[in-house]
Amino acid sequence: MKITGAEAVIRVLLEHGVDTVFGYPGGTAIIIYDELYKHADQITHILTAHEQGAAHAADGYARSTGKTGVAIATSGPGATNLVTGIATAFMDSVPTVFITANVGNTLIGRDAFQEVCITGVTFPITKHSFFVNRKEDLVDAMRDAFRIANEGRKGPVLVDMTKDVTEALIDYKPAPNYPLRRITDPQEDSKLAHFADYINNAERPLILAGGGVISAGASKEVQELIRKADIPAVNTLMGLGSIPSSEERFFGMLGMHGSYAANRCAAEADLILAIGTRFSDRVALNPKKFARKAKVLQIDLDRSEVNKNVMVAESIIGDCRDALQKLLPKIGESSHRGWVEQIAAWDREKPTHVRDCNARMNPEEIIRYICAHTDKETVYATDVGQHQMWAAQYVQQTRPRNYLSSGGLGTMGFGYGAAIGAQLGNPDKRVIHFTSDGSLHMNLNEACTAVSHRLPIITVIFNNRVLGMVYQWQTLLYEGRYSQTTPDRKTDFVKLIEAFGGHGFRARTMEEFAQAFGQALKCEGPVWIDCDIAAEDLVLPMIQNGQTVDEIIY
Amino acid sequence: MKKEVVSVYVDNKANVLSRVVSLYGRRGFNIDSLTVSATNDPDISRITIVFEGDYLTLHQIVAQTEKLEVVRSVKTLDSGKSFFRELLMIKVRAGKEKRREIKEIVDIYRAKIINLTKEEMVLELTGAPEKLDAFLELIKEYEITDICRTGVTGIEK
Repeated sequence: MKITGAEAVIRVLLEHGVDTVFGYPGGTAIIIYDELYKHADQITHILTAHEQGAAHAADGYARSTGKTGVAIATSGPGATNLVTGIATAFMDSVPTVFITANVGNTLIGRDAFQEVCITGVTFPITKHSFFVNRKEDLVDAMRDAFRIANEGRKGPVLVDMTKDVTEALIDYKPAPNYPLRRITDPQEDSKLAHFADYINNAERPLILAGGGVISAGASKEVQELIRKADIPAVNTLMGLGSIPSSEERFFGMLGMHGSYAANRCAAEADLILAIGTRFSDRVALNPKKFARKAKVLQIDLDRSEVNKNVMVAESIIGDCRDALQKLLPKIGESSHRGWVEQIAAWDREKPTHVRDCNARMNPEEIIRYICAHTDKETVYATDVGQHQMWAAQYVQQTRPRNYLSSGGLGTMGFGYGAAIGAQLGNPDKRVIHFTSDGSLHMNLNEACTAVSHRLPIITVIFNNRVLGMVYQWQTLLYEGRYSQTTPDRKTDFVKLIEAFGGHGFRARTMEEFAQAFGQALKCEGPVWIDCDIAAEDLVLPMIQNGQTVDEIIY
Repeated sequence: MKKEVVSVYVDNKANVLSRVVSLYGRRGFNIDSLTVSATNDPDISRITIVFEGDYLTLHQIVAQTEKLEVVRSVKTLDSGKSFFRELLMIKVRAGKEKRREIKEIVDIYRAKIINLTKEEMVLELTGAPEKLDAFLELIKEYEITDICRTGVTGIEK
């Protein structure tokens, strides 16, 4: 069957079950958009305000659903506007396919209008990329993109195609999706007995579950292991949601702003089973002193993550879920009551709390209030900074894929796009967007997208009128020299969201917040709640890079 | 630290070298030399990389390289079981009076004089990298105006 390249792009999307894409049209992408117009009944295209918003939306869609997120952009600035979004997805291993149309092949390399070599720009932030300037390569590249995005450790793939390829008539035959190559190595399986021995004989074992657990769909297995062998557990930021907050052996997040108990038990454990985590510098703050008393065992899909940041005793390379399913029968039921109770005692000794500085609104209380007044299916998307850490500390985790946060890249401005993607991927769920006055200013333009599509996203703005996280560092580490963190902005967020066509509320006390939130739950379309919090509120505990739990600022 | 030689078999396609080099640049891997050559399979090229590093660096370079979609396989070449060769060309300023001495070194190393003018000569030597180093050490006594080395390529016995 002969169809245009642009139609082939649409057909490959349909082959992969894609029903929602995000993007922004333009001169070179116009033929793809023409096909989207014709296929509007099969694929919903969400026009964002800016391509970065589209990229984050595709990412948030993928994180919250487990499906592949897709974003489309035109050449030049359209493509470069995706870059931060691609890098965000890359750092957090989110399966995404980015489609860009470039200038016609005869213009390539001539600095044509809106020409940029986007494959070159994105080499370091994609799993792979294709530059398609021959029509016969197009279908293969598109199908490969979906395979690569989902194979092994997931991540973003870019397909850049010249405009003439989208116009050209090409041969298209429907085909089943390209099979994903699975990493199965019998040699790795032989280590399972060893792992089981270590776990069965440990006195103070600890499970450290990262984003790989969520990505592999291994939350159930991790929880089973926790219960079967009575092993306490902690999460990295990316792992949040893999273990419910209600699990009594779960002690929250490890690392820079992790709980005292989590950091203390990692320092005291005699065995750490690290699953789907890469010991980033925000977790292993001092890689040489990290878990010095422990034998560290690692299960990860990516061999390059072994002995990269922290030296481990042994590792199994493979899918976390496969490995845990094979490991579980070898684990004996046991009890580590004394150890679990010791950690619980540490948690009681130094619990994580916000010591609120204005006595009117406490970020912790706001988050706890929201969790208590929404159901357990609620999806939380955050931006980056203090509010992100508060959300990580206080959101009641119930299930995986409900807590969306830019962990690796730490992208301010991620939240709104991600919330939009999550809401479209989960139309029946409540989506809460936690942000701050700093982060929201980065991508607030996406309010128009939420309005156009009547997305009832509730944006909770932790408004302290400063760029809080840097401000906090300047308070604690730079003797209060607040360089460029007190912008004296006069933005009226209520008026602003109303101008966009949404609803806005202002809350100066918890009572006002409760009232506003109650109304927000009933609103159609997006709602912003501007919460007046104190600039002096700190994210604690805090352990600086290079330090250990002994030097924790509490 | 030990010199490591790694053979990377990659798809013979556009931009493959850029991807490999971009990875090494991004990861801060310090490469001594990198050569690209054909293999008996026209679809596959071989990239030979030489770097100085410990076991962990080697592991990281191999594991990161293997993740690239264009990489078919990565092989660490064991110095005891492989041949390594490199080509060296040197331009030496040498008038009549120095020629005989240089010719003597050239002969001992089985190098070649591939060009000769009144003031200058161009020498060529192929061999294991250590041989090239030793040759260079001797030639450095003279006034060298230019040097180029191709970088190492290697094959298993």
